[in-house]
Amino acid sequence: MIGVISYLVFFATVASILAIAVLGLNLHWGYTGLFNGGVVAFFGAGAYGTLMLGGAPQPHLGGFEWPWIFALIGGVAAAAVLAWIVGLLTLRLRHDYLAIATFGVAVAFENTMRNAQGFAGGAQGIRGFERPFREFAGNGLGWNLLYLALVLVALVATYLFLERLARAPFGRLLRAIREDEEAARSLGKSPARIRLTSFVTGSAIMGLAGGLYGTFYAFVSPQDVLPILTFQIWAMLIVGGAGNNRGAVAGAFLIWGAWTASGWGLSRFAPVDWQLYAGSIQWVLIGSVIVGMLMWRPEGLFPERVGEDRPQTGRTT
Amino acid sequence: MIQHLIDGVLVGAIISLGAIGLTMVMHILRFANFSHAELLSVGAYAAFVLGPLIAGLSGALEAGIGPLSLSWAVALAVPLAMAITGATAVLLDRIVFQRVRAKGGELSMVFASFGVALVMRNVIGLIFGLSPHLYSRDIAFAQIISYDPLIMVKPDQVAVLVLALILMLALHLLLSRTTFGYSLRAVAENPDLAQVTGVDLKAAIRAVWLIGGALAAAAGVFYGLTNQIIPVMGRDLVLPIFAATIAGGIGSVYGAVLGGFLVGIAGNLALLVLPPGYTPSLPFVIIIAVLLLRPHGLFGEARA
Amino acid sequence: MPEALRLSGLVAGYRPDLPILRGIDLALEPGGMTAVVGPNGAGKSTLIKAIAGLVPISGGTVTRGGADITGLRPDRMAEHGMAYVPQTDNVFRGLTIRENLDLALRRAGRAAPERLARLQAMFPMLADKADIRGGALSGGQRQMLAVAMALATEPSLVMLDEPSAGLAPNITADVLAMARRLTEDGTTVLLVEQNVKQALALADRCIVLAEGRIEADGPATELREGTTLAEIFLGARRRVA
Repeated sequence: MIGVISYLVFFATVASILAIAVLGLNLHWGYTGLFNGGVVAFFGAGAYGTLMLGGAPQPHLGGFEWPWIFALIGGVAAAAVLAWIVGLLTLRLRHDYLAIATFGVAVAFENTMRNAQGFAGGAQGIRGFERPFREFAGNGLGWNLLYLALVLVALVATYLFLERLARAPFGRLLRAIREDEEAARSLGKSPARIRLTSFVTGSAIMGLAGGLYGTFYAFVSPQDVLPILTFQIWAMLIVGGAGNNRGAVAGAFLIWGAWTASGWGLSRFAPVDWQLYAGSIQWVLIGSVIVGMLMWRPEGLFPERVGEDRPQTGRTT
Repeated sequence: MIQHLIDGVLVGAIISLGAIGLTMVMHILRFANFSHAELLSVGAYAAFVLGPLIAGLSGALEAGIGPLSLSWAVALAVPLAMAITGATAVLLDRIVFQRVRAKGGELSMVFASFGVALVMRNVIGLIFGLSPHLYSRDIAFAQIISYDPLIMVKPDQVAVLVLALILMLALHLLLSRTTFGYSLRAVAENPDLAQVTGVDLKAAIRAVWLIGGALAAAAGVFYGLTNQIIPVMGRDLVLPIFAATIAGGIGSVYGAVLGGFLVGIAGNLALLVLPPGYTPSLPFVIIIAVLLLRPHGLFGEARA
Repeated sequence: MPEALRLSGLVAGYRPDLPILRGIDLALEPGGMTAVVGPNGAGKSTLIKAIAGLVPISGGTVTRGGADITGLRPDRMAEHGMAYVPQTDNVFRGLTIRENLDLALRRAGRAAPERLARLQAMFPMLADKADIRGGALSGGQRQMLAVAMALATEPSLVMLDEPSAGLAPNITADVLAMARRLTEDGTTVLLVEQNVKQALALADRCIVLAEGRIEADGPATELREGTTLAEIFLGARRRVA
């Protein structure tokens, strides 16, 4: 029984962390119409940033032993700065430039982390991180429950923030730009600036998710920032329905559940000589989910209630 | 130095062939097609399957051509692989991209192209296995051209470069000398006007997919010939190919050719100063450099 | 003799829920020049584009010579003896004059050299500057090339969308005169024009469009003298204000 509960806590923590990243992506794609092909880079910047700032001294850079909350903020800032640089260079151009540059930044991020031994620990990653609140929550289920509560608070806070943002003047501006860029420009609003703000904000949210993820495992390595994570987060948003925050969270739990279940099922029931290909099968599945949803149900599984002011899915012109 | 330059030109030729089709599709259909690089794998594996089949027709075809490890059978398989891959590209457009385009926007197309890439790459891995294959077990020995500095070139590399240049020349003649070529350029520039001038838009788009797929197939075979055939070759080449299109300017065929050589040569010269592990990051550095210096590329036009 | 064109209850617009043309009935007899004028946003260009197949038609029909050509594909216009010269982006900037013409003559087969020679005789500039790119032409030259490309298929109905747009005033007159000359061999010309005065001076018949409907239709001479036009234009202005 305890085993089941602790597994459920574990599952819920990871799914909630990913849901935060999905919300960040929703700001990009669902609200602003931006393509982020490198979610994992911003997620990774948050994770690496948090662990490097908050960890104990290491042979590589970092280990500044900052208090956890400041380390987390630092991780978020690292993601935001990375997004700001990429966004500044590409958001004035047509939309495929952002797609390619974000994809490129993810490749380069993983590649650099893997190779830069002196900077980020190379392939071994970053260890030696003290989880916060250990003094009074211990190391076992108690800590996990506390951390789940913390992650849920972060998830709800992010959700409320985005819901308010959508209704705030800034949300209306995003909508205005998506619908008629020329008109928005003639009103003296710079679409590129507003898109940049949205891009940096969404990426910072991904960085928050990454920081929480790194804290949870107290360890991050290049294996945590592989491209598959970007695709998983997309699939979550596509299944949940772009533009719909509640759907995004539901999609995160659904896809993460399906992913772990399929991984477990393949490792349990597939013939031994197929085990090598379990990864490939999972990739095909996630690719098919993305393509299939876009072909047959682009509005997602959880379309919003009629009458709600819902941004359109990925329309540009 | 010179050795790196030579290797860079060779890699560049392969990237160029891949980038030509991508830049045309990106320009006309206005979306970054992340599945384009997987067409290289389709072409490489198609030739890998067809080569032995053709060799089965006549044993004489199994022999290598002159000093090349490339056999007549594989050489004959190349045009077939190009046709198959071109048809695959047309089919993908018909089955997936047209439908996604009708339901959503350009952004949905980009997402869909990623999904398509994942499916293609891993289905190939499931069919052919994850380990590398070669077209021929014969080892092609490099010829030493000079001892000081030491420069070595494999005959296969020379053949690949010559063939790539011939394909590019053929495309150039098609675009600059035939009214069919004019119609493709017309569609790229102004689809509405092209239609009014009597160009069948759907047929032109099909032709672009077909040509892009065929050139990608050739690039895939050439890559397989000079490196190895692996399911992840698309994954490894997608960023260099995109970097080439951005460096050349999206929509410019000649830009894509030049951009391909640029990316190939820069990537190899960088090995002089950087550890080889960083090679996958280089295309990104090139993209950033181009966006800083010349956002619309060498030959690109500003287009919102 | 069948009509050159008949529109019955034509409703069209880029989005079905926002029709720009709201029920157009119109019949064109073969020959002569008909000018379509009207205030900005009246739907003049949309009218031509809907006939050409570039704007979706959500209601009504278009017939030509008795054949229903509603929702025709733009690239099939030539098969029905029609040609359309768009407003400003009407030649390929990246193609040379010769390439532009060759493209337009692509379906002419064996007749192509002879037709090319005829077009070059009509506009000698096209032969002199054959290797100049479309993007490097002056406004007047560009219009000549655009009209020549439209004539390449030997159409009996030519539709011109504001040929004077973006041209210097002295060239406007030349271009409109060129449009008028097209009628000399019996070609029907449908001209959308912003420049009401000059259009009325040249046209045989004039149609006034406002807010997607035909407000007036008659011989150009009558409209030139009557007050209808001023009323419609002033009325439109008042409605806008």
